[in-house]
Order: sequence, then structure tokens, then C-alpha cells
Amino acid sequence: MSKVIEGLFYAESHEFVKVEGDSAFIGITDYAQNQLGNVVYVDLPEVGDEIAAGEEFGAVESVKAASDLISPISGTIEAINETLEDKPESINKDAFASWIIQVKLSDKSELSNLMDAAAYTKFIEE
Amino acid sequence: MAEIKRTCLYDKHVALGALISPFGGFDMPIQYSGIVPEHNAVRNDCGVFDVSHMGEVSVTGPDAEKYVNHIFTNDVTGAPNGKIFYGIMLYPNGGAVDDLLVYKRGENDFFLVINAANIDKDVDWMRQHTTGFDINLVHESEQYGEVAVQGPLAESAVEEILNIPCAELAFYTFKQLEYEGEKIIISRTGYTGEDGFELYGSHKFINKVWDLLIDSHKVVPCGLGCRDTLRFEVGLPLYGDELSQDITPIEAGLGSFVKTEKEEFIGKDVMVKQKEEGVQRKLVGIELVDKAVPRHGYEIVADDKKIGEVTTGYHAISIDKSVALALIDVKYTKLGTPVKVHIRKKFFDAVVTKKRFYKKSYKK
Repeated sequence: MSKVIEGLFYAESHEFVKVEGDSAFIGITDYAQNQLGNVVYVDLPEVGDEIAAGEEFGAVESVKAASDLISPISGTIEAINETLEDKPESINKDAFASWIIQVKLSDKSELSNLMDAAAYTKFIEE
Repeated sequence: MAEIKRTCLYDKHVALGALISPFGGFDMPIQYSGIVPEHNAVRNDCGVFDVSHMGEVSVTGPDAEKYVNHIFTNDVTGAPNGKIFYGIMLYPNGGAVDDLLVYKRGENDFFLVINAANIDKDVDWMRQHTTGFDINLVHESEQYGEVAVQGPLAESAVEEILNIPCAELAFYTFKQLEYEGEKIIISRTGYTGEDGFELYGSHKFINKVWDLLIDSHKVVPCGLGCRDTLRFEVGLPLYGDELSQDITPIEAGLGSFVKTEKEEFIGKDVMVKQKEEGVQRKLVGIELVDKAVPRHGYEIVADDKKIGEVTTGYHAISIDKSVALALIDVKYTKLGTPVKVHIRKKFFDAVVTKKRFYKKSYKK
């Protein structure tokens, strides 16, 4: 069973969004890391990059395959999780603690397009 | 599309909770516990693979040896019974129809093992080239199942769990024996770079072998996921990646399996020419500085232009490095040549290396 955390927003492409004030932490869900298997590399964007909802901003690589990271929201990248450069496997250990980018939100209303925990739980069960 | 097939062990894979995906026209187990633990089990202990999707063809009759030598790049002339040859079946232009193993069972009696994805194509090709040969060619894929027992503990697993004596078998040899009233084949072969055996027999026999090995809890069920990471690390080619109708064995670095001194075989003219004059592109190893993973089809770049493509790439499990096999312009194939690999939007630094990233441990 994959873990789903209350209070986060979820995209159909299996990214989570954790909002703190005007910014948000984005990573991949526990379900996504389960599907991928052993993560060996995270292709990170640069701080300062502008990203738009629905656009690819990097990739998570497992032994099996590369999986694009799709931004669920728009904004400017404020920080990247540099620990993933040396320890990509931390995504397998705790996906929700292993955020990938921190984004300054440019349009908070986009959050309403995303799923809540209950909807996402249902989504991954289907 | 033809209907997707299942091997005789399909229900057992489902019961073990395998992730199942289509491969070569079959629904095959990709992994059970995970690619990494299964890969490590084969490198360090012992794993068992269902490879019943592989195809089998028997060639017998007065001209069997002559015929095999006609369609196959290696030379089986006068070989002792029980010997196995790896080689390639070529189109006249030197492109590969398939790569295969040829088992010499007796005088003018051969057993050919071909890739699942190529079964129909190969059998058609073989049948088209029987004219003038007094042989009997029988397609037997439906009758046979096959398992591969691989890893440093494979010999003791086969001897102790299956009670099949195999210690005396040398690398690339086989024997036929009676097992519960049925004739089976066991060979010291594999596709992992480790010591190991492949067993061929009826579906009943293969189910029995699988159950004994799994129920012993000493042998780990392994899927096609780690079969690919294992063969890749030791530089073994996969048809469709390193070898294809557009890639010749000389380009793939398999020249030692192409016996151009043989009197004749399909594709010989081109092979002779390529051996004498060289080729424009060659298969090499590539090692990345970064951890980004090069994958099949990604571009290799040097001097600001594309010089080739990745054929297979992984973040290799046994060496913890991102490496690839790549078919590139021969001008850049010297060891240590700096190149770049185009991965998504970025270009990653890499160098040309040998094709073998991990040392084979065969028992010769």
C-alpha cells in the first residue's frame, strides 16, 4: 500500500505539492517511487528557472526508466534539494520528505486544479 | 498483432506477485522483488529465470552440418558432440537476422536456440534457405520450456536441489539425460556473465524444476529486468539493441564469431570486406562522469555533431556508475576519447571505454 498524506495537493502525474505560505515544495509521491523502483538519479533544474504548470522541469531515473517530472503549478524555483544529487535513493526511503524543488507560487488558484489526499487515494486505486 | 503468448510458468509468476510486461511476444516477468536485489542475487548467490520464451529448432539429416554452416557465422565443422556455438544468422548484406546458440547433439544433429522476438522471422528465414540441403528442419518452440539457473552457487543448486549432476560440464558444453523418463538438455551457458546452466525440457519438467528451486528458498526468482542489467554489464549483446538487421556483427565487435575462413555462408562477402577494410562505426563502451542515465537511442556527440547513439545504457548496479554501449563513428572509438551524451535537454561528459564494465566469472 502506498502512503498518501493529508493536507498536500496531488497531480495526476504523481507529483505532490506541499504549500507553505507563498511557496510550495514539489516532489513525487510514495506511489510514484513504488512504481519506479530504485531511484538512481534525479535531473534537477536550476534555482531561478521559471516553470509553468504542466511543463516538464526535470526527471527521476530508476534502473528501469526515466520518468519526467511535470510541474503541477507555475512559479519561480527558489531552491532545489541538493541532497538528492548524492542520495537519490532517499526518494525511495521517504518520498514525501524528499522534496525536489521549492517554488515561489505565481498563481495560487492553480492549486484548485489538483487533487486532495482523498481524491488521490481513489485515483491510484483505480 | 499476434496474440500475446504465455510461457508454461506464467501462473507461477503471477502467484509470486511478479510485475509482468510483454517482451518478444510473450507476457514475461520483469521483476519479482526488484531489479536490484535480483541482480545482486545472481552476482553473489543464485537466481533462476524463466526463459521459456526462447525458440528452439532442430536440424537433422545428411546435410545438417553443411546447412548450419550455410546460415550461421560460426564454424561447426567436425565439432565434438556436446559442444555449443554462439554465432549470428546474417542477411546477404551483413545485417543480422538473429544471434543464436547451436548445440551439436550428434553427427548431423543440431539444436538451435533463437530469440523470442525473432522466432517467426527466423524459422521463415531458415525454411527459405533449405533448398539443395537434405535436412529435416523442425520448429519445436511449443514443446520446450527453458530455465536459466545463474550465479556462483548455480552448480550446487542444480546438483543438490535438482539432483542433476552438472559439475563436469565445461563452459559452452551440454549433455542430454533422462529425468523421470524424459529426455532433457542441460548446458553450461547463460546470459549474465556468471557461472550457470540452462535447462530445456517439457513444460512438465520445467514446472518441476522451477518448483524445486523456488521451494528450496536458496534460489531467487529473477525477471527479465535484471537479465538485461546483468548481460549489459559484461558487454553481451541483445538483438534489437547491439545487433539488428542494420548492425553487422563486425560493427558490434563480434568478429571472432564470424569465421570468414569458412568456405561459404550467407553474408560472407560483406563480412570479409568489413574485416579487411574496417567499418565506419563500431560498438564501444561509454562511461559518464555524472550519474544521469544514458538510454537506448540517446545521441552521442563530439565536435558539435552527432557521432552515434546509445544502444543500451544503465546506471550499472554492480559498479555504481552510469555507463552505456554505443554505436559510434569509428574515428572516435579510441579508449579515453571524450564525448558527450545528449540526455533530455543537457549534454553530459563521458569517455569511451571498453565494452565490458564488469568482469565475467565463468567456470571454464
